[in-house]
Amino acid sequence: MSTVVNVEEKLFQNRYKVDHGRPHIKIRQPDLCRNECKTQACTFVCPAACYKSEGNGGVTLIADGCLECGSCRIICTELSNVEWEYPRGGHGILFKFG
Amino acid sequence: MSEKFDVIVVGAGPSGNAAAYTAAKAGLSVLQIERGEYPGSKNVQGAILYANALEQIIPDFREDAPLERHIIEQRMWVLDEQSFVGTHFRSDDYNKPPYNRYTIIRAQFDKWFSSKVKEAGALVICETTVDSLLMDGDQVVGVRCDRQGGEVFADVVILADGVNSTLARKAGFHGEIEAKNVALAVKEILFMPQETIEARFNVKDEEGVVIEMFGKITDGLMGTGFLYTNRDSITLGVGCMLSDFKENPNRTAPYAMLEKMKAHPSIAPLIAGGEMKEYCAHLIPEGGFYAVPKVVGNGWMIVGDSGGFVNATHREGSNLAMTTGRLAAETAIAAKTAGKGFNAKALANYKAALDESFVMKDLHKYRDMPNVFHDNSQFFTTYPELVNRAAQTMLTVDGIDKKTKEKEIFSSFRKSRTLAGLAGDAFKLWRAFR
Repeated sequence: MSTVVNVEEKLFQNRYKVDHGRPHIKIRQPDLCRNECKTQACTFVCPAACYKSEGNGGVTLIADGCLECGSCRIICTELSNVEWEYPRGGHGILFKFG
Repeated sequence: MSEKFDVIVVGAGPSGNAAAYTAAKAGLSVLQIERGEYPGSKNVQGAILYANALEQIIPDFREDAPLERHIIEQRMWVLDEQSFVGTHFRSDDYNKPPYNRYTIIRAQFDKWFSSKVKEAGALVICETTVDSLLMDGDQVVGVRCDRQGGEVFADVVILADGVNSTLARKAGFHGEIEAKNVALAVKEILFMPQETIEARFNVKDEEGVVIEMFGKITDGLMGTGFLYTNRDSITLGVGCMLSDFKENPNRTAPYAMLEKMKAHPSIAPLIAGGEMKEYCAHLIPEGGFYAVPKVVGNGWMIVGDSGGFVNATHREGSNLAMTTGRLAAETAIAAKTAGKGFNAKALANYKAALDESFVMKDLHKYRDMPNVFHDNSQFFTTYPELVNRAAQTMLTVDGIDKKTKEKEIFSSFRKSRTLAGLAGDAFKLWRAFR
């Protein structure tokens, strides 16, 4: 499957209340992603494409479009490098239909 | 707010609402805490509502619950790249009230359910995330919220906090969820005029159709797709086991899978012109019987997705959620009446009630299903292709006699799977379903 899909267009339809400056997910040690993780599965499994592979071999995370599914935390079993909490009350994704 | 309640329910999905409603209706003091802006704003489901589980909680729910369409036709499609082989079951019996199942839109439905919880007397607080459980030794005595002074106490805390089961995990009641025990599903809601849906699906008024699919739509991973008709929208989604997404050598993103599914020649005409208004993702606990953690302890019970109560084989979840929520509340009520405290022993009847109900009976019946499909990807790759090719061979009129066609089909099966493989697959399926 090589279809190029613009997930941003999908996320644009969603309603969010972003908790500015207080991301609810963090990469614990960015070095681990760069040096220890071969697959970087978060970069294609995350349904909101919050994780991006960088030119330097690292992974960056912008959680603003997060759908709060939990996949990134669960698949990072070997390194447990994802610090994952629910957003503060009232913040994050607000499903209109769900 | 260092108050004390009989019961605190964390989460306002189907299981939490069922628990809060049942407990409040019986006169217990109930606090329900929801992290979303309103109940439903964090919740995602297909969504099909099975009437029976809700009837046992709110018998007259049909009077004012926001229901989309009652289902009169169920289609099961096995897809190849270009085609599908399917069965359709449509019956006018499904048009006789009281209807058996409905499509719903969860944000609306959960809001309605929550209004009933409030009417029953529970205190519902939204926009509040519970950070952790308060312990007194090994007894859960309350919760800590992300509000100032957010410690609240209760005899019993019912954890209806969803598939990620954050609170029980943090408290060490069970470990991290395994990727092989959850499916990651993505879906879109596409709006179109009511008449368009009725013409495309051959239904009228409030009749609806569901299509469950598997095969080439999931890129050879273990998973399924679905299409549900709402009143003036269609919900379309696809889901696969999270472990398979992770290990997929094609590194297919879930939304790419969804886009490919939308472009399938058998699906595209059904959704053409639909205006996409929301894109959702959610995990579904599909590990079944063996993945259900310990669900009761000193002062706590786990209900719904948080306890892994989903019958993936039959695509049932919200009915198990409501039933587990109700049973947990009934256990809390009985413990309060008995007056012998709220430790694991006093709440043990929750587990017994689960075992006696369809919830654990069904999970037990299909206990081997997750492994059978997980270890045998041919069910999602080889077979859909073979079945579609067989149908095409048999139904294409081209001057070749039917006996020769039969042989061709048989040899195509033999080429892909040995005879022993075919027999073994049939046996595995029979064992898992029986």
